[in-house]
Amino acid sequence: MSVKIETRKVGDVTVVDVSGRITLGEGSSALRDVLRDLSAQGNKKILLNLSEVSYIDSSGIGELVSGFTSVSNGGGTLKLLGLTKRVKDLLQITKLYTVFDVHEEEAHAIRSF
Amino acid sequence: MVGVSSALSLRYANILRSTCTNINVDNGAKELLDHKYPSTLESVDIAEGEILKAADYVGFDEDEQHRIGMAVRECMVNAVVHGNRYNRNKQVHVRVALSDEQFIIRIVDQGEGFEVQEVPDPLHENNLLRHSGRGLFLMGAFMDDMKVRKVLPSGTEVTLVKKVAPRK
Repeated sequence: MSVKIETRKVGDVTVVDVSGRITLGEGSSALRDVLRDLSAQGNKKILLNLSEVSYIDSSGIGELVSGFTSVSNGGGTLKLLGLTKRVKDLLQITKLYTVFDVHEEEAHAIRSF
Repeated sequence: MVGVSSALSLRYANILRSTCTNINVDNGAKELLDHKYPSTLESVDIAEGEILKAADYVGFDEDEQHRIGMAVRECMVNAVVHGNRYNRNKQVHVRVALSDEQFIIRIVDQGEGFEVQEVPDPLHENNLLRHSGRGLFLMGAFMDDMKVRKVLPSGTEVTLVKKVAPRK
């Protein structure tokens, strides 16, 4: 299964629902394009829902980091929602878990912006 | 988890110094896979799938298979993208062997090679937000042992090792 990405608005927060695999190629480039477009459209509050992401490789991690950096540089905030155990482990061993603001519940994440 | 990261960082430093010497690749190991793949991203998926079949045959559980698959994917991507640079005239040679104690994966590209000591530590605070540069680290993190060496006339060989539980 490749990646599937859908966006929706909850108040002034843009929720990006990602499912499948974020790996080098189609998966990572699709995520990069979506985050770039959202930033270009002026979205400042972005919540990346990864609860249905089964697999992320180093390229996918790179896109998360780049998205986080570009949104922050544009004056916005990117937060993560619903990490699976494997994705959480991956962010922990790469020391990125504390870089991101990570939430388990969507309502709580929305309120945190 | 901070302690785990520190331990992994130390292991990564050992990889960079190539101090991992307990890899007995030719010590009576049984060959499970020997195949040369073209330098395409499709090969990454195919090689990962073939090696996971071998890992399943050996008896690794789902979590261990996931770790092996992650390491293989990172290694194959490095070989195809950074080593062979998608050159269709170059191949990635993958061999998998099983000894009494080790599941051994060797992946060799035909690229120009690189100085492993020059690869920045992705856990260093100055490198945390870099877009790339985590592949080698993740291979070491997900496997029990790892070795990187240049091969002649040109290329890089990465050996990935997962310990095998003694069979009853």
